[in-house]
Parts: sequence; C-alpha cells; structure tokens
Amino acid sequence: MSLTSALSITRSVNPPRGAFVDYPLGHTAGKPDEKEQQLHLLKTALSAFSRLSKPGSILMLPETWDSDDSWKEEVMRPSKKNDSSKSADNRLERFDTPQYQCDLDKELAESSFEVDGCPTCVFLGDDTKSQSTK
Amino acid sequence: MKDFSSQNMFSNQRQNPAKILIVCKPKQMSAPIDYIERTTALYDSLGYPGYRWTKTEDPPPWSVVKKPLSSSKVGLIASGGIYVEKQVAFHWKDDLSFRIVDKNTPNSRLRTTHFAYDLADSRIDPNVVFPLETMRELVSQGYIGELSQSAYTFMGGIYSAKSVQETLAPALADRCEEDAVDLVLLVPV
Repeated sequence: MSLTSALSITRSVNPPRGAFVDYPLGHTAGKPDEKEQQLHLLKTALSAFSRLSKPGSILMLPETWDSDDSWKEEVMRPSKKNDSSKSADNRLERFDTPQYQCDLDKELAESSFEVDGCPTCVFLGDDTKSQSTK
Repeated sequence: MKDFSSQNMFSNQRQNPAKILIVCKPKQMSAPIDYIERTTALYDSLGYPGYRWTKTEDPPPWSVVKKPLSSSKVGLIASGGIYVEKQVAFHWKDDLSFRIVDKNTPNSRLRTTHFAYDLADSRIDPNVVFPLETMRELVSQGYIGELSQSAYTFMGGIYSAKSVQETLAPALADRCEEDAVDLVLLVPV
C-alpha cells in the first residue's frame, strides 16, 4: 500500500492500494513533532488494508494541512516574472556524490566504510557512483 | 463545495469506478495539487524537455489481505532519501542503492537527503517521511502485530523508471519476501 501526497502520480503508477494525504510533499506521514496526529494519520492510512477491496483503490484521508489551502498555490509554479533568479524550480542540483545531512556524518561514514564497507548499504547493478563514500 | 454525503459518494462510484473512497465527510477538501500538470508546465516554462511519467495500464497485482493488521507482520519502504548515521548517504543522480534500517533505530540516528523536497521538517522529525517510530508505537498499542526486522530506504527522483522496475523494485520485493512480511507500507515522497 502506498501512502502518498501526490494523487495524480499515484493514480498514474496505479499501485494495488493507496492512501492519499493532502499535505505538502515531505510530510506524507504527518506533521513534525505532532505524535498524536502522526499516530492518527497512520492508523487511518493502514486501515486501507482492510477497507479497500478493489485493486487500484485509493483511500482519501480527511486530514487538511492548514486552515486554508493557500500553501497549494505556489507549489511548482512557473515564475510569474521573466526573472531567472526567481525561478520556481526549487530543486537542487543532482550531485552524483553522497549528500550527507552534515559533515560529521561524512566523517563517520568514511571511517566506518573503511572498516566494514557498510554492510547495511546494498548497491545494485553497475551503479558504482553510490559505492563511494566520497 | 462538493457534497460528500454518502448517497452522492456511492452514485459517484457507480459513474466512475475509478476507486476513490472517502473516509468521512471532511470539513473542506479542495482539489489536490496535480503534480504531473504542474511539473509539465514548470518544465515548459524553464525550457526543459518533458518528463515521461510512469503510466501503468495493466491492473495492479492483487493479494487478498488474510489477517487483521493486529496480527500482521508489516514492512516499511520509503523513498525520501533516509539513511542511518554511519551509513553511506545517497547521491542525487539516479542512485539505485538501498539501505537496511533496523526496526529499532532511534530517530536521533536517522538522516534525510534529497534534491526535490524541503528537508527542513524531515530533519526535525524523520517520522514525517519515514514513520518507523510511529509504527513502533502502533505495535505497542496492539494496532499492528509486529514490524519486520528491517525497513528499507532509497533515494527517489530516479529518472529511469526502467531501472527502478527492473533493478531496484525487484530487489526490494525479494527482501520483503525473505522477511516474510504480510503487508508493506510504501512511503514515497
């Protein structure tokens, strides 16, 4: 079952079961540090396993992100002005080296990799880029 | 505003068996963002070539759920670029690797990395993209039977759907089969 905040993409991919949460991307499993809300959301989402009986069905969760939907207006919108510095494309460059959350993680991963090669990292196929810590 | 009364809901389902089930009457439910439409418009405005979205025409595979959730072994797979302290982080250019995350990993050891979503909240509380702690709590409440020993994480934003379908997804499916899970929760970002 796929817990999703992108309804159009999920419908296009068409997993066996879905649960849709109308939240901004990056919050599909709840609001940060709101434990009770996260538990409630996940319980409802998991109920899709017993409630959905038709392949490709999506359970629509009633949660709303905010008191209004203004957050939806600016998401991935082309820049209104012809100003490339204000591009609406907020995505970052797709670097092909490991992107650590912090520098300390990089040091820890590198020293750990030298010892045991990261036994909980599974590298597939010919993707050699992911097998380097640097 | 749309009428979500049950009568209307069922009549909608008859006209369009396209499978939407509403949990209960929401206070307000505006149209979800159509990310395919917005991405297409955004790419056009930036002069990028169009992206070929995955569109599955075949009906999805289906297994009947045989056990209640409260006696099921549940797996978790998330694509939000989650890794554990000391693991190699994901890179952002079609990284096809995955990480094994022990079910008892505390949030304090979880990290997130991704080029396409705002990481601010997931770095405050990884539960928002990787609800492992939330699921542990649901186990202790008896709502879920048990968690699979390993959760799996990978880096979304892989532009080759073919590589995912032929390499990454089958590897993860094999893991789930080895783990003998009853159900798997997928959390894409």
